[in-house]
Amino acid sequence: MSAPHRSVPLDPDRGPQHRRPTLTRRAALAGTAALATAATAACSKDSPKKDQDKDTLTITGNSIEGGKNAAGAEWLTSWVIPEFTKAQKKKGRDVTLTFVPQGVDDEDYKTKIALDLKSKKGADVISIDGIWVGEFAQAGYIKPLDEVAKASDSWDGWKQISEAVQGSASFEDKRYGVSEGTDGRVIFFHKGLFRKAGLPEDWQPTSWDDIIAAGKKLKGLKGVTPIQLNAGTAMGEATTMQGFLPMLVGTGTDLWAEDKWQGDTGPVQDVLKLYQQIYIDEKLGDAVLQQEASGRDSSFEEFSKGKIGMLFEGDYFWRSVVNPADGVGTAPMKNRDKVVGYAKIPAMQPGSGVRGQDFVSMSGGGCNVINPNAPDPDLAWDLIAFMSSPEAFAAKAKGSLNVTPRDDVNKKLLKDDPMLSWLTEEVLPLTSYRPSLAAYPEVSVAIQQATLDVASGKEVAEAAKKYGQAVVDIVGDDAVDTQ
Amino acid sequence: MTTASAPAGRRSRRRVRNDDAAGLGIAGASAFVTPALLLIALFLLFPALWTVYLGLTNYRLTGLAALNTRFVGLQNYQRALQDPEFWSSLRITLLFVLGSGVLGQTVLGFALAWALRSVRGLARGVVESLVLAAWVIPGSVHAFLWIALLDRRGGTLNEIAGTDGYAWLIEHPLSMIILFNIWCGAAFSMQLFSSAISSVPPSQLESARMAGAGSFAQLRDVVIPHLRSHILTNVLLITLWTFNTFGPYLLTAGGPNGKTNLLSVYIYNTAIPGGQLGKGAALSVIMLLINLVIALIATGLGRRRRS
Repeated sequence: MSAPHRSVPLDPDRGPQHRRPTLTRRAALAGTAALATAATAACSKDSPKKDQDKDTLTITGNSIEGGKNAAGAEWLTSWVIPEFTKAQKKKGRDVTLTFVPQGVDDEDYKTKIALDLKSKKGADVISIDGIWVGEFAQAGYIKPLDEVAKASDSWDGWKQISEAVQGSASFEDKRYGVSEGTDGRVIFFHKGLFRKAGLPEDWQPTSWDDIIAAGKKLKGLKGVTPIQLNAGTAMGEATTMQGFLPMLVGTGTDLWAEDKWQGDTGPVQDVLKLYQQIYIDEKLGDAVLQQEASGRDSSFEEFSKGKIGMLFEGDYFWRSVVNPADGVGTAPMKNRDKVVGYAKIPAMQPGSGVRGQDFVSMSGGGCNVINPNAPDPDLAWDLIAFMSSPEAFAAKAKGSLNVTPRDDVNKKLLKDDPMLSWLTEEVLPLTSYRPSLAAYPEVSVAIQQATLDVASGKEVAEAAKKYGQAVVDIVGDDAVDTQ
Repeated sequence: MTTASAPAGRRSRRRVRNDDAAGLGIAGASAFVTPALLLIALFLLFPALWTVYLGLTNYRLTGLAALNTRFVGLQNYQRALQDPEFWSSLRITLLFVLGSGVLGQTVLGFALAWALRSVRGLARGVVESLVLAAWVIPGSVHAFLWIALLDRRGGTLNEIAGTDGYAWLIEHPLSMIILFNIWCGAAFSMQLFSSAISSVPPSQLESARMAGAGSFAQLRDVVIPHLRSHILTNVLLITLWTFNTFGPYLLTAGGPNGKTNLLSVYIYNTAIPGGQLGKGAALSVIMLLINLVIALIATGLGRRRRS
């Protein structure tokens, strides 16, 4: 599944338009409707079971044909279901595989899945964001793969999946699922604007100062916002993942290390100072846009119209936003390959990044897990292994190409796309992952608030202090680093 | 009671209380209300009690606390009451209720009803339909219309006023959601007041006019005294509705920077995206208590008026 919103689980500006609890009567109606649907679903789910020779299997994900992650849903219904059924038939098993589509806000999807698992129900194979693995595992909602399905240990696919990518579907060194793919954060820039501002079209900054310097040159162009570095709570997880964290790892610091979270520390203040420089001191960014309810989408649109000089995003931007292919991009740019440049995100200074790196990135991605309550977990594992085969990824790539978890597949498929092959070779080896812990979503909100405070004029020291206190409130004194 | 009917009354008193107009008896009446009471218990009472219980735990949707939910007593309440965000949310909610409910909808609704009192025919139909349309259309459409109106880039308001690029929802968030809510709900007050105004005896208005009272004097000395109970009912109903409304979430999602963080929105953001179901439940109970106080004032005032 090309998961555009996978990497941004908290996206409050997206979605819940249908919710309106003021009208209790409507809520009651909706409740009744939901009950009715559940009842029908239960019936339809139960009826094939009466047929003893048939095995049933269900899979769910936050994708739906004609809506969210349409390409992924299309792949499931038109390729996975018929091909998996065929493959099982060869083994002598008659399997009915059903896909239960969802097309909602990621937070709502997460809530639904958590409630499903809590009530020991739900689909047999579930696609979740890798960042949820920790909290789901801690809640006992999912179990390590080798506990649920023994056969998973000896799967030949593991050696094609790098340790880092396996890690994105793991918790406390145990695998809970198989990654569906990964991504990376880079700087996208508008080559036309760079030329006009006298900047090279093969621009590659090597420090934060380079970014600011380029921003100052771009500022000379009329009607152009030089830099879009996501800030604020309205952007949700996109602020943390695309903005704050890539900068934090650029200071050589991980958000969570040795059982401690970053509180009001020097590195956190450094990143907030960068925000202050961009949004307040030099006015290189549009501080109002950061607070708009659909600011992220607006920033995409402005970039595609040549009104934003550089923008920090995941490769999702290249694949699903400015992609000129018919019906794929949400802000398509016809001449994308010529106009949109991409550069690695530099560390604060050369060599100051995590592991002493010159350049940094952040990655995330979804994964498929087995519901511990599945009647036949081995069959569920068969499905996951099948969906993670080279053939399956090849079929999926026809809908939308993205970085798969498998090295063998990436080598073959990604060479057609210069950006994605560059990403795989140059960026992914440098990347970092978010801590897969239950406290993360809350810490993330505290981070977003800190960037918002700075972007709307608060002093760095004050914003950092407030952030530090918020983190202490979330995880307790002992788990916070203050140095 | 006449002497002739007295024995009959005494005889029936054995089975039927004398205020039992329908003559069902206690068993019969209970049988009739039981289904309704059961439904209320199932869908209202039980969830309310469950919320009270959840508010006393550290229940979360995911993570360790989901597996080992602990009873934490009043800790959620203590934390909520110490949280400056709660107080700012309460303050915003009160401003919102006062501005959009008590002042906005009541005054605008009354003004419309007063202005339309002597208008008949097409003009009245058109104005009433326009106002009612805002009341009838669904909340998601309300939000969509207002976003289109206030949008920073190419929004209708910016086009008309020539202020392209001005972000109304960011610069004046609270005023905007107050206007939004007045627009959504003014129809109710208008309808209520127009039927109330029509019940004012025309003879009194006539006498007032003959005594030389102008429009304002008629309003102050004749109409308002007649409408006092309607105004009270209207204000109390609207206060409750406005207090609980979630509609502004669709415009601002509580932002920017918490400036439109109404209590309902604060609870939602705490419980669902934040995953803190225990704290969310505690906040809901606090909100329920505030609602109860408003409702008690309402019934209290109503009773005093009747007696």
